[in-house]
Amino acid sequence: MFNLTAVDWLIMLLYFGFVVGIGFALKPKMKTSKDFFQAGRALPAWICGLAFISANLGAQEVIGMGASGAKYGLETAQFYGIGAISAMIFVGIFMMPFYYGSKARSVPEFLRLRFDEKTRAVNACSFAAMTVFSSGISMYAMARLMQALHVFDGLFRAQGWAPEGIFTFSIVLSAAIVLAYIFMGGLASAIYNEVLQFFLIIAGFLPLVLLGLRNVGGWSGLKASVPAAYMHEWKGVAHASTNPMGVEIVGLGMGLGFVLAYGYWCTDFLVIQTAMASKNMESARRVPLIAAVPKMFFPFLVVVPGLLAISLPTPHSTTVTRVEKGAIIHEITVVTPEVEQGRGLVPAKINPVTGKPMLTASGEPLLDYDMATPNLLLHFFPTGILGLGLTALLASFMSGMANNVTAFNTVFTYDLYQSYIYKGGSDRHYMAVGRCATVGGILLSIGTAYAAINFNNIMDTLQLVFSFVNAPLFATFLLGMFWKRATGHGAFSGLIAGTATAMLHHGLTLPIEARPGIHGGWIAVLYHYPSDMAQNFWTAIFAFWVNFIVTVAVSYCTKARPEAELVGLVHSLTPRPEHAHQVWWKRPEALAVAILLAVIALNIFFY
Amino acid sequence: MDLDLRTPIGLMFALAGAILTAFGLRTDGNAALYARSLGINVNLWWGLVLVAFGLTMFLFGQRGQMRIEKERLLPQGKRGSAEGKLNKAAS
Repeated sequence: MFNLTAVDWLIMLLYFGFVVGIGFALKPKMKTSKDFFQAGRALPAWICGLAFISANLGAQEVIGMGASGAKYGLETAQFYGIGAISAMIFVGIFMMPFYYGSKARSVPEFLRLRFDEKTRAVNACSFAAMTVFSSGISMYAMARLMQALHVFDGLFRAQGWAPEGIFTFSIVLSAAIVLAYIFMGGLASAIYNEVLQFFLIIAGFLPLVLLGLRNVGGWSGLKASVPAAYMHEWKGVAHASTNPMGVEIVGLGMGLGFVLAYGYWCTDFLVIQTAMASKNMESARRVPLIAAVPKMFFPFLVVVPGLLAISLPTPHSTTVTRVEKGAIIHEITVVTPEVEQGRGLVPAKINPVTGKPMLTASGEPLLDYDMATPNLLLHFFPTGILGLGLTALLASFMSGMANNVTAFNTVFTYDLYQSYIYKGGSDRHYMAVGRCATVGGILLSIGTAYAAINFNNIMDTLQLVFSFVNAPLFATFLLGMFWKRATGHGAFSGLIAGTATAMLHHGLTLPIEARPGIHGGWIAVLYHYPSDMAQNFWTAIFAFWVNFIVTVAVSYCTKARPEAELVGLVHSLTPRPEHAHQVWWKRPEALAVAILLAVIALNIFFY
Repeated sequence: MDLDLRTPIGLMFALAGAILTAFGLRTDGNAALYARSLGINVNLWWGLVLVAFGLTMFLFGQRGQMRIEKERLLPQGKRGSAEGKLNKAAS
C-alpha cells in the first residue's frame, strides 16, 4: 500500500542516534544512585517543565486524544481545561512543597513518611503494576500501529522476512532503544529525551494541522464538515443525552475535572518524578506551572487531527464509465469494506474470521478511532516530512514507555527492594538493582503488550486502569497533606476500600454499546451508562468518596500521630516558603493566576 | 547534569531540517509527490523552518554550555551566592 523511502528512514535513524547518544553522554555522570534515580536533583526548571508535560505525551495523548477527538469532538479538550491545568496549578503551588521538601525519593516513600509502612506498600505495589501495564500498552499500541501503517512492510519484503514478524520487530526495536538509554543515563536520560520529544511532536504535528485546516477551509470549514456538537466544549453538557460523550456536568466536573485529573497529575509518580528532579524548591514549584502553558495549546495539535480525520469524505467504491476512442472504459476504484464502512479517514474494525465489520450493540459498525491521527498523517504527508511525522509518533510512544520504566525502577528499588528485601546495601548495590529492575520492567511490559487487545480507544483502557488505582489515591494525599488528624490505619483502609469500590462499580455497571467482560458488568449488570467514559468517571467518583469517608472514619478511631513528627508533611504544620524577596509577579502564585485566566478565556471561546 | 540540552536538540533539528530542505529542493516541482500536501512543497518550507529553529537552539545552547563551564571552574562557595540564599530560605 505504501512505502517509506530512504529520506524517511534517515530521519528516523537520526532521531534514534541522538536518543541513544544522549544516553551515552550522560553515562559517565551516573556516579551515585541519586544521579541515576533522581537525576541528581540538579535539573533546571525549564527542562523539568517541558519533561513534565511530555511525560503525558505518550500513546494516550497523541493517538488517544486524536481518537477521542474523532469520537467525541472538542469536549475532549476539557481534559485540558478543567482537569489537567487546574490540577497542575494545584500540585505546583500546594503539593510540591511537601513532595520536594520531605526529600522523599518517590511518592510511595512520601506516604511512608506521612503515614506508615503498609500504606506505602499498597501504593508501591499497585503503582508498580500500573507502570508495567502502561508501558506494555504503549508498546502494543506502537507495534499495532506499525503493522496497520505497513511502514515496515517494504523492509521485510526486501529482506525476505515473514510479515507476521512486524509486530514483534516493532516491540523489540522500541524496547531495545529505551532500554539502552535508560540503562545508561537513568532518569536524566529519560527527561532529556522527553524534552527532545516535546519539540519533535510540535515539529511533526503542526504542519499536519495546518495542512488539514487549509484543506478543509479553515476553522469555519471544519465546523461545517463535522456534527455541530463536536465543535463545542460545553454546550449540551447539562444532560448526558445532549453531548457526544454521554456525560452530564456532574459526572464531567467531578469525575474528570476533579478526581481523575487530580489523581493523575497530583499523585502519579510518573509525572511527579520529573518535578522532583529539580535543583531547588523554587524550581520544583514552578515546574508544573511551566508545563501548564504549552498544555493549554496542545489540544490544537492533538485533538484537532481527530476532528480533521472525520471531516474528510468517506471513500467509497466507485465506478466511472466513459467512452474513449470508441471503446467503453470502466474505471473501478475499489475501497475495502473497513474503509467504506468507516467515517472519514477512520476505518471500521473488521472481524478477522468473517471478514465483515464488527458491530456495536446498536448495530452500527464499530470504528477504529485510534487510526484517526495516523491515517491523517499518511493522507497529507509526502515522503520526507512523513519520516518526521512518523518519528514524532514513535518518539511519543517510546517516551511513554521510558517514563514508566524509570518510575518502575525507582519504586521497585527504593520502595520494594530496599524496604522489604535487602535494607543495608551500598549505594552501588542499589544502582545495580535499579539497572536490573530496568531490564525486568521492560521484559514484563513486553509480556503485557501481547495481552492488550479489546478496546477501540486507548484512552478508555488507560482511564480504566488509572481510575482503579488513582482515583482513590488522591483522597489519601489530600487528607494526608491538609488534615493532620489522618492516620496510617485510616489511609490504608481508605485505599483498600477505594480500590475495591472501583472494581465493584466496574463489575456492576456496563456501557450501553458494550458486552459484559472487560468493559464491565462482570459481576452482574445493575446499571447502564451511555458511554465508556461516563462509566470511568463515575467509577472514579465513587472510589474517591469511599476512600475519603473511610479514611476519615478510621482516622478518628485510631491514635493520632504527634504533631512534631508531621512538620514539613502537613500544610498546617509547615512554615510558608519565603517569597518576600521576590517581585510579586515572579512568584509562582502570580504565574498560576495568569494561567487560570488564560484557560477560562479559552473555554469561553470554545463554548 | 552539566549538559546544556539546547545544544543536542538544536543540532538534531538543524540536521533534520537540512535533510528535508535538501530533499525538498531535489524534488521541487514534482506534482505527483506533492499532490497530497495540496501542491505545497512542505519538505522545503518546513525544512527551512526546522533549520532556523535548530540553529537558534544550538547557539543558545552553546552560550549556556560556556556559562556552565565557567561556573564549574569557580570555587564552590562563590557559585551563585544569590541562589544559595534562596535554597536556604526554601528548605
